Amino acid sequence: MTKITPGQKQYLRRMKRRRYFILTARILILILFLVLWEVCSDTGIIDSFIFSSPSRIALCFWEMVLDRSIFLHIGVTLYETIASFLLVTVLSVLAAVLLWCSRRLSEILEPYLVVLNSLPKSAMAPLLIVWLGATPTTIIVAGMSVAIFGSIMNLYTGFTTVDQEKIKLIYTLHGSRRHALFKVVLPGSVPTIISNMKVNIGLCLVGVVIGEFLAARNGLGYLIIYSSQVLS
Amino acid sequence: MEPILELKNINYSYHTLDGETKALSDISFTLEPGSFTAVVGPSGCGKSTLLSLIAGLMRPESGQILLAGKPLSDNHENIGYMLQHDHLFEWRTVYRNVLLGLEIRGKVDAASRRKANELLAQYGLKQFAASRPSELSGGMRQRAALIRTLILDPELLLLDEPFSALDYQTRLKVSDDIGQIIRNSGKTALLVTHDLSEAVSLSDRVIVLTRRPASIACVVPVSFHLENDTPLNRRNAPEFKTFFNKIWKELNQDD
Repeated sequence: MTKITPGQKQYLRRMKRRRYFILTARILILILFLVLWEVCSDTGIIDSFIFSSPSRIALCFWEMVLDRSIFLHIGVTLYETIASFLLVTVLSVLAAVLLWCSRRLSEILEPYLVVLNSLPKSAMAPLLIVWLGATPTTIIVAGMSVAIFGSIMNLYTGFTTVDQEKIKLIYTLHGSRRHALFKVVLPGSVPTIISNMKVNIGLCLVGVVIGEFLAARNGLGYLIIYSSQVLS
Repeated sequence: MEPILELKNINYSYHTLDGETKALSDISFTLEPGSFTAVVGPSGCGKSTLLSLIAGLMRPESGQILLAGKPLSDNHENIGYMLQHDHLFEWRTVYRNVLLGLEIRGKVDAASRRKANELLAQYGLKQFAASRPSELSGGMRQRAALIRTLILDPELLLLDEPFSALDYQTRLKVSDDIGQIIRNSGKTALLVTHDLSEAVSLSDRVIVLTRRPASIACVVPVSFHLENDTPLNRRNAPEFKTFFNKIWKELNQDD
């Protein structure tokens, strides 16, 4: 091991201080926000009936924890979100592979994908209920519908931007297109797939909550819509 | 001796919606087993196209390519190809990169694994077998790429400007290094390059191509009377300049 010079030591100390500062600032912002909210609602600057306050929310949450109802709602939404997320991930990778395998197919389908992706999914949700009934399946499909088309397009773009010379290398080793897919395109696209998954999990949650607004008897979306109706 | 590679009147054109570009025009030459031939020509003249045709990645529009007397489509298994960049895959270790070609052919077994280890040891990469390619220097990467090609035991090696991506100092060392490896292995090699000194220092024959559409302008035999005939020693030999100037003149004839 090399000896750490004073300069290096100083640099490391500076970096450490920087890390602590960022972490502290993040926590402070949260605390500041909650305190401000609480104070504003206590002193009547904002209407506590509409805006509630952190302490009331905590209390309500605790009550729901005691009667266990919150776990049911969280559990249902979590299950539906994860189910639609996994389906989106698997299906969009398969679809993108299919498009990659046939350039002609991808050219034919491209405009349809763009249109399907830009459909307002929340407006489509009532139709989904008519088609599939008010079941958890509908909500999972609603979650998927928000993410899947964008996901297919992103993955396909990722697949096609893999270095063509690397694919040429496979051919110079007398490999086939299947080898190009499994040895280059898929392993080389792992970062794209992962970043795509990160976006998808959020989108699936949005879709699931929209679905629950309209067609559920439990779940967080149902809880939101129930509360807002009680409010009105 | 039967030539290992024979090109007869090869023609090739690229087609785009804007029109047709003729890349190669009536190219014919042969390679003797164990020889080292360099192809030089103005940039964009179709040198790489020539290699792609020989490797069987593209088909000539007319003409014939014979490998050991047989048409190319029957046996392109015996051709190794080195590209401009090493294209080692970062998601594989050096060892598994070296095995790539064998994996594709479904020939990974105890014997081939042993051979991979031997080659890695022979070319000084043994302690890097489990490393990622990014941990290797440019020269070591190019050597790993060469092992990936050589492990398939090709009779003919195609080199497509394999040193052009390296910085000058590394390039001299690596071309010296790899030139000697290829010579000692007794393989036949066809090197495409735009670097005349590289062509002269490595090969025993230089084929000069014309501007596009490329045809053969002339063939310059290169021989040095050196005790230790390595690329670096050639660069210091008095004949080096003679060959260089001769090829330079041929290249710039139509200016």
